[in-house]
Amino acid sequence: MSFDLKGTLKPLTALKQFGKKPHTLVDVPSIPLEASDHYRGFHYNDLDECIGCGNCSTICQNQAIDMVPVDGIEGKKGDSGLRPRVDHGRCCWCGLCVEVCPTGSLSLTKDYLYVSDDPDTFLWTPGVDNPEGKERISFFSTEETSLNDFGRIPMPELEGMDRVKSFAEVVLGYNEVQARAEASRCISCGLCTEACPEHMHIPEYINAIARGNDADAVRIIYDNNPLPEMCGKVCTRRCEDVCAIAHRGDPIAIRWLKRYTTETVKNADMIKEVVNPDIQEPNGYKVGIIGAGPSGLTVAYYLALKGFDCTIYEAHAKAGGMTMYGIPKYRFPEESLDKQIEYIQKIGVKIHFNTKVGKDISFKEIYSKYDAVFIGVGFPKPWTLGIEGEDLKGSIQAVNFLYEINNGKTVDIGDKVIVIGGGNVAIDAARVSARLGADVTILYRRRVQDMPADWEEIEGAEDEGIHIIPQAIPVKFYPDKKGHVKAVEYLKADMVADEKGGRPKPVPVEGSNTIIEATAVLGAIGQQGDYSFLEEEFSEKVKIERGRFVVNEKQQSTLDKLFAGGDAANRSADVISAIADGYMAVKGIEDLLVKGN
Amino acid sequence: MREKATTLYIGPQHPGITGNMMVRVKVEGDTIVKATTEVGYLHRSFEKLIEKRNWLQSFTLLCRFCVPEPDPVEESYARAVELLEGREVPERAKYIRVLVLELARIASYLLWYGGQSASLGLYTIGQWSVGDRNYILDLFEELTGGRVYHMYIWPGGVRRDLPKGFENKVLKTMDYLEKRLDDYDDLMFDNTIFRKRTQGVGIIDKEKAVEWGVVGPPLRGCGIRSDIRIDDPYEVYNKLDFVVPVEEGGDIWARALVRRQEIRQSIRIIRQVLDNIPAGKYYNKIPNPQKWALPKGDAYTRTEAVRGEVGMYVVSDGGTHPRRAHFRGAAYVHAITLLENLLVGENISDIAAIMNSLGTCPPEIER
Ligand code: SF4
Ligand code: SF4
Repeated sequence: MSFDLKGTLKPLTALKQFGKKPHTLVDVPSIPLEASDHYRGFHYNDLDECIGCGNCSTICQNQAIDMVPVDGIEGKKGDSGLRPRVDHGRCCWCGLCVEVCPTGSLSLTKDYLYVSDDPDTFLWTPGVDNPEGKERISFFSTEETSLNDFGRIPMPELEGMDRVKSFAEVVLGYNEVQARAEASRCISCGLCTEACPEHMHIPEYINAIARGNDADAVRIIYDNNPLPEMCGKVCTRRCEDVCAIAHRGDPIAIRWLKRYTTETVKNADMIKEVVNPDIQEPNGYKVGIIGAGPSGLTVAYYLALKGFDCTIYEAHAKAGGMTMYGIPKYRFPEESLDKQIEYIQKIGVKIHFNTKVGKDISFKEIYSKYDAVFIGVGFPKPWTLGIEGEDLKGSIQAVNFLYEINNGKTVDIGDKVIVIGGGNVAIDAARVSARLGADVTILYRRRVQDMPADWEEIEGAEDEGIHIIPQAIPVKFYPDKKGHVKAVEYLKADMVADEKGGRPKPVPVEGSNTIIEATAVLGAIGQQGDYSFLEEEFSEKVKIERGRFVVNEKQQSTLDKLFAGGDAANRSADVISAIADGYMAVKGIEDLLVKGN
Repeated sequence: MREKATTLYIGPQHPGITGNMMVRVKVEGDTIVKATTEVGYLHRSFEKLIEKRNWLQSFTLLCRFCVPEPDPVEESYARAVELLEGREVPERAKYIRVLVLELARIASYLLWYGGQSASLGLYTIGQWSVGDRNYILDLFEELTGGRVYHMYIWPGGVRRDLPKGFENKVLKTMDYLEKRLDDYDDLMFDNTIFRKRTQGVGIIDKEKAVEWGVVGPPLRGCGIRSDIRIDDPYEVYNKLDFVVPVEEGGDIWARALVRRQEIRQSIRIIRQVLDNIPAGKYYNKIPNPQKWALPKGDAYTRTEAVRGEVGMYVVSDGGTHPRRAHFRGAAYVHAITLLENLLVGENISDIAAIMNSLGTCPPEIER
């Protein structure tokens, strides 16, 4: 066997490394190495930014995250009050939780060394247990890297200036592809459900839409809302205000998704077929309902499903209340309403139209005829400004104006309309006037951002060329020779901070008087109730405060068998709160009559 | 006189830093007459678990298929998903992916340097190569936030762009490593002990290799030029200039020589990547992972890992979770079919060296 000299000596060259310092590690573990700038170490959470949506917990495939209450953090609208607690014994530092955190509050830090013989101490609430982590953030998500879909699928609409040519519906609705894509943005955190007065099952129906199962979505929606198309078109959508995605992007178009779903069922028969309601055998109880607005219809629908005999008394020729007569048809076409009402009638609800309680039938008669009575009469009477000239010809209440127009009548408003107010009624009146060919100006006491109207409505109005003068307080209407209004005088207002912490108050600036011409003035500063139908024996007994029935959490008034809801009982003045009232009243009436409590 | 056969159990504690598995050998004297691979120590049911996760969540499992070289598994899955969905990947991301894959290849070979030589009692090499591998892990840490498990290549591209100044750091590390390879030659390939213990040991029959589906360095060590990067190029390998080294002989030595040359090729590839990487997007964002559904269908991708060709087969039923994900790992063939045959007639003292030379990776076998 030959001796391989080279092969024997070569390895000895390793000796040249002798005495050199080890080239990778410094004194480990007593001095931990500083991690790189993008290291995925222990979590840190910005507790103020975090909204407790739980998306981090949902994505974690190791079940390393629990959502837990934290001292000093209270749940509120849009914040569950919970915060993620990480089990660092389970975590594998993938950072998926960071990538899906919609607020960007969650991050990973450079810290990676923790030694303890107590397993419980590996459960940390990031941000609570390691406030110093804030200075050591190394892995975080930006709008670019985040796995949330921040951009909303745009809603197809008629062009601004085309819209004012007719009363055609402005919003065209999502098609199937658009709806699925929009629904797929939802992270199912459910913060919206909490914020919705009716606690609709939002993540569930959005999920059904995303999965392509529209019929399921319809059924889920009908579980606690019998007027979903109404909500899908005109809801004030407080759900969207709290949407987790809205923290860094556009909220999920919850309302438009509901609208999409309801449009997949084309008529009352289809609704019935898809919802396939389980109608109980008649239970012998009769319930009288005054007003076929959203709250009354809700009471009637769910009670009828439970076997109650429900009769609604409606003063007008059609049901829907303000949504029929107050909301313009370009927002909520009559067919949409009709099909929902027809469906409600199909399941056995009786509606007596053109029957005004107090005139065509007495309240007393209804009260004695039924086992329980629900009042959902809304706020039909407009408030007035109480200023000089308000009773001139051409000074019209916006609700009356909308009523006439929705009834197919004409109203002479001329070509220069001034609308007073900042709510949805004001915007509706303004946009209807624009459609009648007028040049429209809105006067509002506060700033544009203070307007209670839906921001999309405000934007819509602006797109249609409507001029908004904010911080303007009307003081006088001037007549022409024929006693018709011809101009409005207003004062500019300064916004003054409220000492008690309320919203800033408009205070008129002296000498800032401005006069603008008008051919009509539409007042839209709010409405009030009208309970003149209550005979004295009832009005004496039932408690009404600040124009609203005093009710308990089941909408029961101070008279046992009398329930009330909608504007007549709540301060929210919107459709969904009325529906929520109706839904609670169902429980109240059932408890009273069936369960006897 | 025939000696009485004895049964020995090699493993399951890391027989030659490969991971936990066992080889049950029947020996007569110190010659092996029968070998059986016994696995079952690392089964984590990954493929089944993947079915329970949405399309994105399995990343934390994929990288654990084969600990020393997680990236090809991430890449093959990502590409399969992209194929299934028809999702485009930005050019820049493809270059970054190749960069990562080749860095992983080098890191993995450095670990092999240590394992292969330590299995022959040469321990210094491992001390060095694991230290040098750390430089690559430093790069990974900076790029991906993780040293060993990167979870970086995912559908649509890569998770983050290259950090500022990263290219230079990579180049510096490559320059350093290239010089360092000469030191390894001195200690390993020029070392009589290494030669004597590897030449003529663990010889793979060329025909059998093809028949059994042997891949990677064990196949190339039999003189067969086969490499998915060239044969069925993915990402941007078709735009890069490199050769696939081949050696004759089929023994441990031939396989070692293949790997030795491949490190240099990887360095060459990395330099080209850094020269040619285009600016632009690094990621075509996937939709909200919770609701991300893939069209019904299936897809298969092949990737060249250090162990050889690996493949990922994914099936979608149109939902948000994979219906099935099956991984074809090289280690299964190498450490079961091949190893069991190869060991017969060999000496007990060569078991660890042979196992190492085959790219045995028990976590990949079991998944
Ligand atoms: S995903 Fe973000 S915002 Fe939501 S709970 Fe987790 S840390 Fe908080
Ligand atoms: S880093 Fe990954 S494993 Fe750890 S808590 Fe977040 S999602 Fe779970």
